[in-house]
Amino acid sequence: MRGDMVLRVIVKLLIPFILLFALYVQFHGDFGPGGGFQAGTIFAAALALYTMIFGLENMRRIVPDRLVEAMIAAGVLLFLGVGIAGLLLGGNFLDYFVLDRDPVAGQHRGIFWVELGVAITVFGVMLKLFCLFAARNLGQE
Amino acid sequence: MNAAEHLPALQVVLPLAAAPLAVLIRHRLTAFLLVLAAIWSAFAISVLLWLQVGDSGPISYAIGNWPPPWGIEYRVDALTALVLMLVSGVAAVVLPYSRASIEHEIASDLHYLFYAMFALCVAGLLGIAITGDAFNLFVFLEISSLSSYVLIALGRDRRALVASYQYLLMGTIGASFIVIGVGLLYLETGTLNMMGMAIRLQGLTGDRAVLAALAFLTVGISLKLALFPLHQWLPNAYAYAPSAVSAFLAATATKVSVYALLRFYFSIFGETAIFQRLPMADFMLLLALAGMFLASTVAIFQQDLKRLFAYSSVAQIGYIVLGISFDSVTGVTATLVHMVNHAVTKGAIFLLLGGVMLSLGGITLTRVQGMGRSMPLTSFGIVLCGLSLIGVPGTAGFVSKWYLILAALEHGQYWLVGAILSSSLLAVVYVWRFVEVAYFRAPLPGDEVRREAPLSMLIPAGLLVVATIWFGFDTSLTVGIASDAAQELVRSGR
Amino acid sequence: MSLLSHYSYGAMVFLLMAGLYIVIGRGNLVKKLVGLGILQTSVYLLYLAPGKIVGGTAPIVSEDFSLYSNPLPHVLILTAIVVGVATLALGLALVVRIREAYGTIEEDDILGCDRQSEAEEPSP
Repeated sequence: MRGDMVLRVIVKLLIPFILLFALYVQFHGDFGPGGGFQAGTIFAAALALYTMIFGLENMRRIVPDRLVEAMIAAGVLLFLGVGIAGLLLGGNFLDYFVLDRDPVAGQHRGIFWVELGVAITVFGVMLKLFCLFAARNLGQE
Repeated sequence: MNAAEHLPALQVVLPLAAAPLAVLIRHRLTAFLLVLAAIWSAFAISVLLWLQVGDSGPISYAIGNWPPPWGIEYRVDALTALVLMLVSGVAAVVLPYSRASIEHEIASDLHYLFYAMFALCVAGLLGIAITGDAFNLFVFLEISSLSSYVLIALGRDRRALVASYQYLLMGTIGASFIVIGVGLLYLETGTLNMMGMAIRLQGLTGDRAVLAALAFLTVGISLKLALFPLHQWLPNAYAYAPSAVSAFLAATATKVSVYALLRFYFSIFGETAIFQRLPMADFMLLLALAGMFLASTVAIFQQDLKRLFAYSSVAQIGYIVLGISFDSVTGVTATLVHMVNHAVTKGAIFLLLGGVMLSLGGITLTRVQGMGRSMPLTSFGIVLCGLSLIGVPGTAGFVSKWYLILAALEHGQYWLVGAILSSSLLAVVYVWRFVEVAYFRAPLPGDEVRREAPLSMLIPAGLLVVATIWFGFDTSLTVGIASDAAQELVRSGR
Repeated sequence: MSLLSHYSYGAMVFLLMAGLYIVIGRGNLVKKLVGLGILQTSVYLLYLAPGKIVGGTAPIVSEDFSLYSNPLPHVLILTAIVVGVATLALGLALVVRIREAYGTIEEDDILGCDRQSEAEEPSP
């Protein structure tokens, strides 16, 4: 694949748009179809595409394995953190109403952080899955 | 924030948060201590919840402050409290044991992942028991199942991989059936809240969609429950998993499925719908008896001790389901008491077998001969638990069989007393096989020296053995909670 | 209440049975997972089809619309899809490991391997 000029150029052109679309899906999730799960998957798809053309080594230089594993955990913790923030501010677990003086703004704020957590975890998990399957047997066969 | 109010949420959140933290830390000992702290506090919380329920009746907790039926409700009643204490209690005992045990079974750079998976599995099982939302139950079921597939696949033997794969297939089919059942109920009632479903289903008995939902739920839960003849995944999964995992799953996974079955049958469908209009009682009686006799018979012919006791588990599940089929307070009490007693007994046996595996390097009957001399404490413990499986007076197993017999007599089915006693004789045979090999055969060369498992493994196992005997003499705790829960359940359907 | 108006249930039952048949009838471990995927798809269909309300729009409150589709099934099924992805990934990971341990992914060959190695174990 390395010598294939057309693929390399097209992919380099495509990836920024895929990433941008992922961000759009993430942040427009409040008002339209979308959200963390979809955004995380699209984000991971961009990197999967990159890996297919430029190889696993280059991808690992951009996103080290340690970082991916930390992201998987950090996203879930962010989600739980929002839940516990609700507890600490006097509400129930995952209570968004108490996150801001205005309950509707509180809902917005809660969903924003929760979706961010979801996106981080989903991105991490999808990328990790892809890497693990791709890296398997590389040394042996 | 008043912590006492939020115990239902913390019950699940603590182990759930421990899992990603353990992954983030990556350090073996720190991860262990963290998960241990989370699980011991979960046990403390479950006891506190039980006390709260005893004082002021069922607790309802609205996640996200969305009151049911809009939001997910966590609901704790006597039955839930019993299952929560069972799961978190067994986890609290097994986790300290696992530290020494996985040292020899799992590569050390994977230990932090083992602890994370264990915490997730506990969180899932606790979640199944505590949630009052039917779909949420499925989600927690999958959390616990997926983590248990991983835990089983960590076994050293390559057959652990196949066992885990088979469990994954069967478990996923079971979970899909459960979610189809829940979906049909949702279409019928328009709500996912269990209490709401129960109210709206009252006028719908005999409706075809409700019957289909009942069928899907029964088959789905029976798969997870390993009810005969849907038990094929269980023996291999228990036999090839790491010892600590076998012990934990044997003690809790199927028991939580019993909880799900009771919850759907008695709290949601209502007993009149199930037992009086449909021949479910006969159907369950038949499967229970088949499990009791056939699985016990298969257990007799096993060479591998873990497989032997795994088949014995299938037989014991027969007793548990037998109690449900009586559709009476005494019957359900017997089910719940046996659920707890069998969990404690089987947990103890698998923990002890883990010690044997570690010291002798194998647990086939030919390998453990003469074990009574080289590992006297462990052998004695296994024999005590074996007596409990048989149902000898003075052990926990006797109490639950006694209640089963009471329920059979109350129901006027005298022949069942004979069936229960004669299936216990089969248990005598398979326990005797161990006794014979361990005490009446000469140890293999090199086994003459005394070599018990390390104390960090013997103490947790010993705790469960003591509990097996304790629950045989002092029944106020087990029978007390179980009969409260049974009365609540059987009454709620009327 | 004609049979035709319930065609989504027909499709669901077909997918369910097809998936179940593949899981049981095929010996190849990857094909079994494909069957499992089809089986799970039938669940998605069961939930999603009734969530559609004829003439209803996406459930985002606006003054221009009064009829919305039911969003709850979509949320539930998004969760179920995540569970499905996790199950499939775990299943495939197990198949990769099984292939490395046994050198095959045919169920019969694996059982044969196990029987052979059990027979070879030293029996005193």
